[in-house]
Order: sequence, then structure tokens, then C-alpha cells
Amino acid sequence: MADRTAAAPKARTKSIKRYNKYGYIFLIPFAAAFIIFQLIPLVQTVYNSFFENYKSGLKMIGPNFIGLDNYKTLFASGDFLIYFKNTMIMWVMGFIPQMAVALLLAAWFTDVSLRLKGQRFFKTVIYMPNLIMASAFALLFFTLFSDNGPVNSFMIQLGLISKPYQFLAHIGSTRWLIAFMNFLMWFGNTTILLMAGMMGIDTSLFEAAEVDGATSTQIFWRITMPLLRPITVYVLITSLIGGLQMFDVPQILTDGSGDPMRSSMTLIMYLNKHLYSKNYGMAGALSVILLIITGILSLIVFKFTASKQVES
Amino acid sequence: MKEKKSNSPSVKVRRVIAYIVLILLTFICLVWFYILFINTTRSNGELNKGFTAIPSTFFMKNMHNLFHGPTPVIQGMLNSLIIAVSSAVLSTYFSTMTAYAIHAYEFKGKKAIFTFILAIMMIPTQVTALGFIHLVNSIHLNDTFWPLILPSIAAPATFFYMKQYMDSNLPSSLLEAARIDGAKELHIFNTIVLPLMKPALAVQAIFTFVASWNNYFTPNLILDSKMKQTLPILLAGLRRADWKTFDMGQVYAMIAFAIFPVIIVYLLLSKYIVGGVTAGGVKE
Amino acid sequence: MRNRGKKILALGVAAAMAFSMAACGSTSDTSQSSDTSASTDTSSTSTDTSASTDTSSADEGKVLNICVWNNEFPNRMKDHYPGFEAADPEDSTKGGKIGDVTVNFIVTDNQGGQYQTKLDEKLGAQDSAAADDKVDMFLVEADYARKYVDADANVAMPLEDLGITADDLSKQYKYTQDIVSDANGKIRGTSWQACSAGLIYNRAIAKQVLGSDDPTAVQEAVKDWATFNETAEKMKAANYKMTSTVGDTFRVYSNNISGPWVQDGKIVVDPNCKQWVDDSKKLVDEGLTTTNDLWTDEWKAGFQAPGDVFCYFGPAWLINFSMGNDPSKEDDGSIAHAGGWGLCNGPQGYYWGGSWICAAVGTDNASLVKDIMLKMTTDNDVMKSIATADSDCVNNKEVLAELASSDEGNNAVLGGQNPYQQLADGAEKVDMSNTTQYDQACVEDFQSSMMNYFNGNATYDEALQQFYKSVMEKHPELTPAE
Repeated sequence: MADRTAAAPKARTKSIKRYNKYGYIFLIPFAAAFIIFQLIPLVQTVYNSFFENYKSGLKMIGPNFIGLDNYKTLFASGDFLIYFKNTMIMWVMGFIPQMAVALLLAAWFTDVSLRLKGQRFFKTVIYMPNLIMASAFALLFFTLFSDNGPVNSFMIQLGLISKPYQFLAHIGSTRWLIAFMNFLMWFGNTTILLMAGMMGIDTSLFEAAEVDGATSTQIFWRITMPLLRPITVYVLITSLIGGLQMFDVPQILTDGSGDPMRSSMTLIMYLNKHLYSKNYGMAGALSVILLIITGILSLIVFKFTASKQVES
Repeated sequence: MKEKKSNSPSVKVRRVIAYIVLILLTFICLVWFYILFINTTRSNGELNKGFTAIPSTFFMKNMHNLFHGPTPVIQGMLNSLIIAVSSAVLSTYFSTMTAYAIHAYEFKGKKAIFTFILAIMMIPTQVTALGFIHLVNSIHLNDTFWPLILPSIAAPATFFYMKQYMDSNLPSSLLEAARIDGAKELHIFNTIVLPLMKPALAVQAIFTFVASWNNYFTPNLILDSKMKQTLPILLAGLRRADWKTFDMGQVYAMIAFAIFPVIIVYLLLSKYIVGGVTAGGVKE
Repeated sequence: MRNRGKKILALGVAAAMAFSMAACGSTSDTSQSSDTSASTDTSSTSTDTSASTDTSSADEGKVLNICVWNNEFPNRMKDHYPGFEAADPEDSTKGGKIGDVTVNFIVTDNQGGQYQTKLDEKLGAQDSAAADDKVDMFLVEADYARKYVDADANVAMPLEDLGITADDLSKQYKYTQDIVSDANGKIRGTSWQACSAGLIYNRAIAKQVLGSDDPTAVQEAVKDWATFNETAEKMKAANYKMTSTVGDTFRVYSNNISGPWVQDGKIVVDPNCKQWVDDSKKLVDEGLTTTNDLWTDEWKAGFQAPGDVFCYFGPAWLINFSMGNDPSKEDDGSIAHAGGWGLCNGPQGYYWGGSWICAAVGTDNASLVKDIMLKMTTDNDVMKSIATADSDCVNNKEVLAELASSDEGNNAVLGGQNPYQQLADGAEKVDMSNTTQYDQACVEDFQSSMMNYFNGNATYDEALQQFYKSVMEKHPELTPAE
């Protein structure tokens, strides 16, 4: 990316100038849809965060302007940090295996020397879990891991345990189940993304490396990975954002409680509680903080990956 | 030389490991479909008894009940299809166009716009949900498909993916050449850029289609009348049916029915991706 | 990931166990009821029909809008309201006609509170809505009924304003009126169901452990909580569970609280609810019950023969529709099919489920609404036909007394036992004068918070703090009791 911006302008400047207005023209549909359907609602959300505004029975309390009180309440209780921590823990628990497996698979699939058979079948299969609606998936998952479910009866038959293990009554197993579901739903997706990136790499590079006697491990780390950086950054960022927005799986698996003792309560589940009770003020404040955190995290990832690129 | 290398012992070991891992992953990916299949073949009474691994005989009966019940499943599927296909088309086309604008042109505020779009990618959908409903009601678009389709024109994540893809796969020399031939900008985009982006387009089309197809939250807030509702809403309705008519066998039949089209669309598009037509050439 | 974000909130479509749908009580068997009832009641009450439709067509709105969350009430209307012509005999929710008035059902799933959201929105717009769009009637459930029958909110009409007198309602059970009474004692809703409930015991286990499966003898062994817990110890010795989950007994305790959940803006845990926590913790620790949710496969496991759960708690609809096929249907291996259950009152009186009909303030069909309320919830013939066709335990003392004294009321699932005497006695004992508009939040959150204590993930105090927190998230105006 860096060398292109350095070299290209000089050659292109002249011929491109008169076309540049098309840059704006091509942005119009996106901008219009964005302003109407996202920006206006967003502004309203931010505005709401400075008001006390909630529903009590059928009566609406407020809106009364209260400045930053909603924000203070959020931080004073300390809940916010706990749910943030929960979210990140479960995201990392799912993302690390997701990325590792996806990279491994993508590397295997694109490795010339391995020549795996049935590639199309495997590629097709690993993306499949992503197609099931999360609700249906959670329903199936619940069936599988319930006290009388097949996992428990299997383990009892093997003699590993004497009575059913209550997966959702323990902090660790609940978090692992959630992370595992996220992993399962998304590793195929990530593999496809990475492969689409790898397919774009000029094969002559690999061939040249092979001629030079490079091993497949070397090819992977020295050629594939650096060229894959833009897609990897994309995967990391979208997954991080997706992780911060983690909701449906834990919500459905724990019936919205985030138990045991809210150890699997995520930020969005918390937000959902305020939305549910029509507490627009608190929901607004929480949304704004969420937005800021997401922004900061993404910025860090961006800076980190960008600076590494410069060094190398 | 290649032949020799691929038959060396270390490669053989790696190949065996790869197959074992892949088969394992295949199992944990497909077992869900198997459970679903088993459950669609069982009656409500049997389902109450807990899970078994052997199919029963109620598949046709569950499907019959589903199609002859009061839930308009065919209409629901059509609705879902209209919304999901339109969203996928609009989202990939316009977000690619936006990415192209940033990628191919130099103009004032380009950097700022790029950063801004990245920033809005981080806005969680549900954060703006309340404002969104308020807006939809005030412009009288509730109970129509428009509020579910039009917002997909601005899909920041699709944009970002396309931008990244262009960075590695869209040489500017190609565009230069086209311009020298006198092609109009929109024409260049439609006939030269889009075909080059096919693998990326297919990937994003799948994502958008699936997301839209499985979306329950927004449609449930917007669509009121039964004949306009999408499959996930109807599915939820089925599970809220009153006690005596409640039938878990039908619920599973409906889930199967709802994911079936997604799998078809996916198989069609994935074939296309995996088959691969990219500038760089594909290993297959 | 982007996809993940979009799906989000979404699929509140609920966990397997989230079938809180149970709470809406019983049901309807369309196939069965449509043929029996249609013929009987239309003929018996045809004279009234013409009278009521005449008045409504003369000076009133042409459209009757009714907000509901499922097809239960539409089915009851279709099958039992004299003169109701369904637009689609297969699907009652498509509405129909009463005389020349068009009946519209506005159905919103209750998933994730959607029904209340929709109802709030509709009622909020009631003043500005066109005559044909106004809500004329809406249904509510007990847990949130107080929100809508609130005197200040004034969205549900007092029945007396419709011209329904105390005399009209005299055959109803008092608790069903308590739930829909405002602070001034005005009744603002009415129900055709009295979901009084009892203790449903496994006869085989009763015989083996207690020596008898006679309802009177079993009642002696569970007559109060102390005796109930002693009996539990006997069950332990015989390797049975006392109840399937801690949730089974919660309603019984929480229906018998000495004061409301919220007093002067403070959340109060009643001693009886604390008692539930203490008793349940003991039972869980001794393996006499579990912490599974209601409606899960684990909860239902005791429905299957031979069964290792001594008793469940529930009303008629649980017995008739949830515990398995009755003996006339195919053998599904359930205890119900073998007629192996018995019913007694249990330690305390309570109810479970039921739907209430309210007349919306601003309705332009007042006299038709009044007629529907009277016919569907007070008319002996209609109530009798609902009781026999749909197995609802109806909110009518005379009809229940009649069923209790005739073989018509015998229940095959209960091995031929006639449950109506117990259910009628139970309904008299239920006292729901302590309900508040906060009950839904309190009842749900108290149970789910205490699960942490039962499972050993928190102390009682920690669980209690989480309970307060959860309720305050739903109702920011409340504070914990100190």
C-alpha cells in the first residue's frame, strides 16, 4: 500500500484530475442512505443520552435535561467495566481459535504441495454453521448440552462423570460454550475471507519461492502473511467490532440473564436491558460509550498494524 | 520437481494431519444439521422425551402440518427472498462503488471520508434502533420492505472489504488503459471493475444475503401484517402459538424450511467462489 | 461479524426454555372445538345475538379492533361467541364479522415484550387514531395487568362505566377481579379463566412411599411447607425427587405474599419468598430438586413413565395439554397416558395463567364490547361450552360446581379423578390483592437471580443484590428496601 501511494501520484496526476469529480458522484448513494438511516437515528441517540427519559408503567418520565448524569451512573456502579471485561474475555476465547484454525485451513487449501482432495467439499462445509439462524443454532446447542442431552449421556456412558454436568450453571463452561458457538459460526467465514485474499496473490511468487527451495512454512510466513495483511486487518477489526457487539448467542443461551452471576453478560445485553425498559437516556449514554470504546480499539489495531508494516 | 516434493514423507504426514483436522471440523459443522434433521422427523411427543440419534417417521407429517397450518410459510419465504436478494444486490453494488470512489480518485476530504466510514462501521445496529423506528414511522414507511432494503446501500463493512480487496487486486494501470480507450467512468466501473471483483462480490453477497435472511430484530419492528412478515418472524410466531396447537415438530420443520434456501443460495455462490475466476489465478 | 452485529438483538427468538408462553395459560384445540361448540352455542343463545348486533350496528363503529398476543382468544371467539362468522375457519386470527361489524385481531407475539410495546404504542395513539383504527379491546396477562388497569393511566375502562354490574360478575372468583382492579377498587377487566392450580402427584410414587394415592391422604402429607419438606425427606430415602425444579413451587410461595413486592417505591422481598429460597436451597443441596428452567426437557422428564419426580404444580391446562397424551390418544410412554397422576390442593392456594379482557378507553363499540365481555366471561352456557370443548378451568362458580358433581368433569389423565372440586376450592383461596405493576419484573428476576445462590455461584446476599439491580434496570424509579 505504502509504495503505491508514493509512486503512483506523479504518473497519474494529470490524467486523473478531470475524473476526480466522479469520486464525489460515486459517493452519493452511500452517503444518502447513510445519512437518512444511520446518522439521523444516531444523532438522536446521542441527544437522548443527556436526558432522563424512561417509562414507568404507561407514563413517560422526562425528558429532563440532566447533563452527564447518565454517564456518571454508568461508571459509578462499576457494572459497565465488568460487562466490558466479560465481552472481551469471551471474544478472545473465541477469536484466537477462530483465527488460528482459519489461517491453518486457508494455508492448507492454498498449499500447492499438499494437494488436498475434496477441497470444495470442506470449504463448503465449514461455512455452513454460519447459515443457521442464531436462535435455531442456540436451540440445537441447548438440546445437545442440556442435562439429559447427548453430550452428558455420552460422557456418562464413557464413565467420565457420574451425574450430568450442568454446563450453564458454571461460569467457565458457560463462557466456553458461548465462545465455542461463536468460533463455530465464524471460523468458516474467516477462512473464506482469508482464502479470497490468498487467491488474489500472484501464484508466480509461490512458484519462484519453491524454485528457490523455500519450505511451505517459509512461504507461508514470508510471502502469504505479509501479502494477506489487508485482509487480516479487516478480519481482526470486524471481528473485534462483532465481538463488542456480541449479543444473540449469550442472550439466547442464558435467556437474557447473563448468569451465572452475570459472568456472561455482554455490553449489548446490558444495553438491551435498558432498551427493553425504554430507558432511552441510559441506553443512549451506554451506546455513546460503546461507540467511543469501539473507535479507540479499532484505532489501536490500525496503528499497530500500520506501524509494523512500516518497520518491515 | 513438484511431484517429488509432494510425495516426501513430511508432506505425507502433514497431509494426514490436515485430513484428520478437516474431518473433525466437518463433523462439528455438520452435526447440527443432523440434529435438525432428526428433530424434523419426530413428533411433538417424541421431542418432549429428549434427544435420540435415530430418525423417526414424522417428517412428512410435520411438513404437511406446516404447509397446511395458518402460518403463510410460502409467502414468508417470498418476502424473505425479496428483501434478502435486494439487500445483497444493493449492498454489494453501491458499497463497491463507494470503495471504488475512494480507491480510484483523488479528491478533497478523501482521507476524512474513509476514516469516517470506518468509524461508522463500529456503530452497533441496536444502538440506533430506537431512532430508526421513530424515523421510519414518521416517513410512513412502516409495514413496507423499504426500510429493510434501502439502508443496505450504505454497508460500511462491505465497503471496507472491497477497499481492502481493491488495494491488493485492482491495478490502476487497467483503469488508465480503459480511459485511454475513451470509456465513461460509470461504464469502466460496471464493465471492468465489477468483473474483476467477482470473487469479492460473491463473498459479500453471501454475507449480506445470510444476514438479511436471518435478521429477526429489525423486520419484527417494522413489519406488522402477517402477509408481509419474513420467515424468522413467522418462526417466532410459531413458537408463541398457544398451548394446544403448539407443536415442536413443526417448529423444527420450519427451521429446516427456513435454512434450506440459504443453503441453496450458498451452494450456488460458493461453487462460484471456489471455482474461482480471479486475475491472480486460483489454486484448486 | 458485521452479520453478527445485524442479527443481534434479534433472535430474542428465545431460548428453548423461554417458552414463557406457558404463562398465558391454556388454549384451544381448533380441530376439536370448532365442530362441537359451533353448533351448540349458536343455537342456545341465538336470540341474544341478534339483539346485541342490532344495537351495535345502529350507532357504533363498523370495525372492532382487538389486540392479542396469540390465537387463544381469537379461537375462543370463533368457537364460542354467538354470531361470530370467522373469515377463515382454519385461522381465527384473520378475524371475521359480528353482524355488520368487522372484527380485526391485531396479533403481536409476546416475544421479548413485543406485545406490550405494540399495545403501548396503539393505546398512546388512541386519541388521534381514526375511528376504525382505534383499539376497542385488548387482552392482558396477570403479571403486567396492573400496568394497564392503573387508574391514572386510564387506558382500560372500568366495567361499571360499560354498564357491567357487580351482579353480572358475581359468579366469578374474587382473585380474578383483584388482578384487574385499580387502586380505587374499580374493576377494569374480566377473564373467562380461573387457572387455580394444585399439586399434581405421581400416583405410583405416592403409593410406594406414602402408602396411598388417595388425594386426601396425599394432601395430609403436603398440607403445609413443613410437612411438604418432611415428605421430601421420605422421597429422598426412596431415591425420588420431590419436585422437578425449584421453579415448580415458586408460584405457590409468591402467590401468598403478605404484602406487595413494591411498597412506597421500595422493593420488598416478602418472608414467604425468602422461605421459598431457604426451602429450595435445602432441596437442591439434597438433590431433591434441580435448578433447570421450566419447560426444558429436564423439567419434563418426570412426565414420562415411570418418572422419578413425585410432584409438579399446575392448573388444569398443564394436566390436559402439557403432561403428555391422554389415554384416548396414542401411547407416548407418558404417565398421563396411563392415567397415573393425582391432584390435591398442596401447601397453599395459587393460580397459574389466564388472560384478561379489557375494554379500551376511547372505543367506539362500547355496547358490543360489553356484550362480548358478558357472554365470554359470565354466560353460563358459553362458559360450560368453553370448559367442555377447550378444557379451560372457567371463571364461573356455578359451572365448576356442576362439573365437580358430574362425571363430565372426570379426568382420564388423573386416572378418572374429578379435579373440579379441588380447583374450585383452590380458586376461592387465592388472594391476589397484593399485585403491583412491577410484579412481572420482580417475579422473573427474583427467580433467575436466586438460581445463582442455588447453584453455588453466589451467597444469598449477592444474589439478592443482583435481584435489586435487575429490577431497577427495568424500573429506574425503584430503590432496594434497607
